[in-house]
Amino acid sequence: MSDLVFTQYLFDNFDIVWPRVLEHLTIVGISLAIALLISMPVGLFLSRKQSIATPVLGVLGVIYTIPSFALFAFLVPITGIGPQPAIIALVAYSLVVLVRNTMVGFNGVDPSVIEAARGMGMSGRQQLWRIEVPLALPVIVAGMRIATLSTIGLATIAAWIGAGGLGQLLKDGINNPSKLYAGVIAVGVMAMGADLLFRLLERGVAVKGTKRSARMAALPAIPKEA
Amino acid sequence: MDTIQKALDYALNPSNDFLKQALTHLSLSAIALLLGAFIGIPLGIWISRYGALARVIVNAVGIVRVLPSIAVLFLLLPSQGIGFRPAVIALTLLAIPPLLINTDAGMRGVDKAAIEAGRGLGMSAWGLLRTVQLPLAMPVMLAGLRIAAVEVVASATLATLIGGGGLGDFISTGLALGQSRYYILLVGAIPVALIALFTELGLGYLQRTVAARQHSA
Repeated sequence: MSDLVFTQYLFDNFDIVWPRVLEHLTIVGISLAIALLISMPVGLFLSRKQSIATPVLGVLGVIYTIPSFALFAFLVPITGIGPQPAIIALVAYSLVVLVRNTMVGFNGVDPSVIEAARGMGMSGRQQLWRIEVPLALPVIVAGMRIATLSTIGLATIAAWIGAGGLGQLLKDGINNPSKLYAGVIAVGVMAMGADLLFRLLERGVAVKGTKRSARMAALPAIPKEA
Repeated sequence: MDTIQKALDYALNPSNDFLKQALTHLSLSAIALLLGAFIGIPLGIWISRYGALARVIVNAVGIVRVLPSIAVLFLLLPSQGIGFRPAVIALTLLAIPPLLINTDAGMRGVDKAAIEAGRGLGMSAWGLLRTVQLPLAMPVMLAGLRIAAVEVVASATLATLIGGGGLGDFISTGLALGQSRYYILLVGAIPVALIALFTELGLGYLQRTVAARQHSA
């Protein structure tokens, strides 16, 4: 097995690999978009209602611990196979990370800063968008990076429940090393690309003069593996 | 309810090898975790003594970690073939990073004054490590063990995809046999979810207990 063979496969079979890349990106994109739409308002709400936050995060934490192949297996009898059960499970996992980080992000905003904004005569809406959101954003973006990396990895497993995507190349590649390597490389490149992209974004939204808070250190900083 | 009853009947039927697969799942996880600890912990202790080298190694491990576990499992397939052994190797590779990184962080976090005091008492390097540094680094190291263990028991579910056996086999079987046999999915999914939850809660409890004891001491 020469090293060239698998990269060669990637180029020779662009028409086989590319549709899988697009399928993968579609599943990942849809899952993350849904999770973001839900987690932003929910995270903001929970940051203001601490009494509900603990039970909600507890339930989400339990779901997060369930291995993805098992969660897929729970969903398949209800939804059938295909992208739907994959997207439902991936949204659930992303929600855990995004809700938690959004909540912590808003909680971390110094109350005296909000007080100052109020003193300057800002309305509630202005306080939210001009003060709280920018200050919470670094923690939220850090959550987006973890959620994206988890989703890219876990979406690969979804090929076994008929969702397609890059996992299909691994599934079909059991007896075809070049196909298998093409799948592994494509997943690796996608994950590393997303990692880089979000790290740059994290740098872009970083609030000058502040260090990553201690609260943030307590959050999961690694993607869900399986 | 009917589905759960069918799943239970299936699991209790000895010809379906439920116990054998559960044992495979647990031994796969335990062996990988032990091997990971044997490699990751000494390596973590060693690199914690070298500032720059440690940074390089921890960062390199971090980059490799971005690769999802499913990709690691399949990456080894062409050279290692299918079965139990390649699954153990892949799971060991997954267990090493959290153990290594947290051992390094834990050792680094030990109060310098405590080490000085130990030295002042005339402790040998080994004595210092055993009675001062490791006990003080323990809560952080246990956090690494919890992360590694949860990742390994979860990833062991995927061993079935490379012929490694384990409880994931029932999920594969259920998917292969189709809609009329979907109850077989639960024979794998329920115990796998429970094992993951118990691992997380059990080791989380251990971690907190050790940390609390240290604070009160």
